Order: sequence, then C-alpha cells, then structure tokens
Amino acid sequence: MQRFINNPDDLVDETVAGFVKVHRDLVHLDAGNPRVVVSNAAPQQGRVGIVTGGGSGHEPAFIGYAGRNMVDAVAVGELFSSPTAKSFADAIRAADGGAGVAVLYGNYAGDNMNVKMAARMVAREGIEVATVVANDDVCSAPPGERAKRRGVAGEIFMWKIGGAKAAQGASLAEVQAAAQKAIDACRSVGVGLGPCTLPGVGHPNFQIEPGTMEVGIGHHGEPGTRVEALKTANEVADDMLKIVMEDHALPAGTELAVLVSGLGATPVNELYVLYDRIEAGLTAMGMGIHRALVGNYFTSLEMVGATLTVMALDAELKALLDLETASPAL
Amino acid sequence: MTTIQNADQATIVEELAAVIVANKAFLSEIDGKIGDGDHGINMAKGFGRAAERIHGKDMTLDAAMLVLSDVLMSEIGGSMGPLYGLMFEDMAGALTGREVIDAATFSTMLNAGLEGVRGVGSAEVGDKTLMDTLVPAVAAFDAAQGQGFAAALRAMAAAAETGRDSTIDLVAKIGRASRLGERSRGVLDAGATSCCMILTTLAQSVQRRLA
Repeated sequence: MQRFINNPDDLVDETVAGFVKVHRDLVHLDAGNPRVVVSNAAPQQGRVGIVTGGGSGHEPAFIGYAGRNMVDAVAVGELFSSPTAKSFADAIRAADGGAGVAVLYGNYAGDNMNVKMAARMVAREGIEVATVVANDDVCSAPPGERAKRRGVAGEIFMWKIGGAKAAQGASLAEVQAAAQKAIDACRSVGVGLGPCTLPGVGHPNFQIEPGTMEVGIGHHGEPGTRVEALKTANEVADDMLKIVMEDHALPAGTELAVLVSGLGATPVNELYVLYDRIEAGLTAMGMGIHRALVGNYFTSLEMVGATLTVMALDAELKALLDLETASPAL
Repeated sequence: MTTIQNADQATIVEELAAVIVANKAFLSEIDGKIGDGDHGINMAKGFGRAAERIHGKDMTLDAAMLVLSDVLMSEIGGSMGPLYGLMFEDMAGALTGREVIDAATFSTMLNAGLEGVRGVGSAEVGDKTLMDTLVPAVAAFDAAQGQGFAAALRAMAAAAETGRDSTIDLVAKIGRASRLGERSRGVLDAGATSCCMILTTLAQSVQRRLA
C-alpha cells in the first residue's frame, strides 16, 4: 500500500483539519463537533437549512459541497462508514435557521439509521427535519425496486438543487420536493477497473483482475452486475450511456445535466475521453446538454474507474442548477 | 448463589472489549468478503475506547454499558454504532437501580437490548444480520431460565453460536451485503459474528462471577 498516512485511525480527522484550513474562506469546523463541517454562510435566519453526510474516502464529497447556496453543514463519518447520529444531529443544529432542515443523503443502511436517530434527537429541540434519500445508482437494484438503490454521484445534483431552492426562500416542504425531483431525475452507473484499500485494513477487500472491468460497481466496491473484458474507452462510454438511458426512458429533446466523475485513481484526461463519446451519444439520441461536469467530484479512495450521472432537466431544475454557488468542490 | 452484584462490574465490559479488539482483523476479514471490510476496525475502535474509559473505575454493569453505548453512538457511527449503541443503552436501562442481577433481571436486560436493536434496525431473523444471533440467543436464555442462571447462560451462548453459523447459508437481505444477492451466500455475516462474540463472552464473564 503506497499511501500518505500517519496513523490510519487519525486519517479522517487529519483530512478534515487540512480541508478546513484550505477552504477557510468558505467553511469551518463546528465549534462543538470536529466531525461537522459548516458553511460560513450558515445558518441563515428564516431559511431552510441543507444537511448531508456520509462516510469519508469520497472526497471532495461530502465536505466539498458545503458552501453558499449549497449544503449548510456536513456530517463526517469514518472511511466508508456512516457519520454518527450525534454528528448528523450537530450538523442539523448548525444548519438550522428556524425554518426547518432538509437532510439530503444517500441510501445506505448506516446513514438511514443515523439520520433517523438524529431527526429524533433534534425533534425534541423543536427543529423540523425533512429527508430525501438518493437512489440514483441504476445497477444496485432493478427498476421495480428503485427504493433499494444506492445513492451515488447524483447526490451532487440533489444538493445543488436543494441548496438553490432553499436560497430562494422556499419552505421546507418545497425544498424537499425539489431535492426529491432532482434525484428522481438522476440516473448513475459506475465502472470499476481497479479496487481500493481501506488503510486500516491494508489490502483491497475486492479484486478486479487485470484486463477486466466491473460494470455497475458501487461507491465502496459493491459488486456490479457483470465482470467482463476491459474494452476501449468508447465502448465503455457507450455501455455506461446505454445502462443509464435505458433506465431513464427520456423523450428526444430533453435537456440534461451530465456528470462524469473519476473514482479516485483514474487520470482526469481519461474522463474527458469518456465524456467526448458520451456527449456524442446523447446528441445522437437528440438530447440537449445544458451543463456538463467532468472531474473527481465523488471518489472512492484510490479506486480506478468512473461514474456517469445523467439528470433530466425541466425549467425549474435548470434555473436552480444555474443559480450561482460557492463551495470548495463546485 | 445464582446472582451477581451489579456494583463494580466494569471488568465485564472490559472483557467484551478485549475479545472484540483481539478479533479486529478476523471481523474485518469476514466483513471484507461481502461488506467493505471495516467492521473489525470500527468495532475495535469503539470497544477499545470504551474499555480505556472504564478501566480501573468502580462502576456498575449498567454504568459501564452506558459508557460503551455512548462511544458507539457518538463516536463510531456506521451501522454498528447505532445498533450496538442502542442495544447496550437499553440493556443498561433495564439494570438501572438493581443491586443484584439474577436470571430474571438478566432476561429483562437481554430483551430490552433486543428491543433497542429492533427500534432502529429493520432486520428480521433470516436476513443475515446480527439478529440471526441475537434473537435465538435471547429466546434460548428465556427458555432455559428454569434450569438456573448458569444453565441459561450456557444455552444463550450455544444458541448464539448456532445463530451465527446459520448466517453462512443465508442470502443477505439488508445492509451493504444485500446488494450482492446470491453472492452473499456461503460466508458468515460479520455483525452476527461480533454479536456472537459479545454474547458468548458476556455469558462466560457472568458465569465466572456467579459465586
């Protein structure tokens, strides 16, 4: 394992410590909880607060999306492990401006439990909480069982839309509805070419044999739907697009936001190679590209691979997506 | 005697912690087969920290369990933080104010812990989770209570082991391993395994103190 590590047990705290130093113009650590990163713009009186959280190792997610008109406070977990209920509760408190707090997070067992417990804790203090659970990862469950799907990079669009809606002074129910609409409009797929290693474990806990790729892989190496011989970038891009668009069934002429994220160890230039082909495919289907993002937006330690997220836009989502924002990652 | 004192029993929780810490690598290894391989790390971190905080202190069993619960819920997180955190919190709640712990009190404690887990998790027996260990172990203790505290503890430990082993043939229905479907069959569930360690160690620790 060739990594920059002191003590694996300290890795998350040291990550957060460095992060808030670099981005002190935008974020700070919560005064009472070193596992909560708070936007310098939060809380805003009378405005709905936006909270997310998740395991570490996905940087710049989740902490990188704390900022103005984005997420107000982020709960930070151990590597690939849900934040504590206390951290979610402290994040909710930090984001609370008196108009309620929307917790927008991904569909994982630990996060579901800890958010539920946190909501119970802050309810006793009179803070109203609404939740939206992201489930954009197409390969993690069949179409009929969308509620079982994992949340992956589509969460970024969900935060962006939720944050923008809150910035416009919408009510908690309106923010929740907009964030739900955003994630419902998202479909994602991941392709893995190489595994990742939790430093405390010291060896990869799954393998991707050289010359093969895992289609549909999850953000923590959850197995995909198939393992096959590694193809050319264009063929992989075509496969990813097919998986996402077959699940989506969008009419020609739909305007889209497209996100291609690296999983950590894939060279960024290769992401542009994938994007080039993906945009060509979308254009051939008659789709319009309103906005595209390419880079390491939501990673999985040093996994080799990429995810594709396609969000279908209507006028409201387009306007919310375009609202200016300032966060370390977006 | 068929009771233990509640006072000055922090060492029981220390003994639980010692077993979890000693099995850190093993728990991570089995978790790695169908999960992400961090079960042992996070469990050892939480139980180890709790053990440090109660070491050498004159605490009742429930007070020591509350320290463990607090560390798991406020410092560890993940799935196991809330599940075991609530289990120990509710177990401790059932012991509060008791001077002696007899088989009936221990049963109340076990059932409270089980309800604590049910309150936050949604798993049932057969889903390949810690419930496959916990539910039959609690039932076995209750069924064997008439034969005395020690016999009930032995029955609980045996049922916990059987329950743990039952997860090998199960397909995960909940949690990260559930995404694997059939591919999750054939290996132990990490949560069921750590739960078995907790219950068997608890049984041994209490049995040794039954003076």
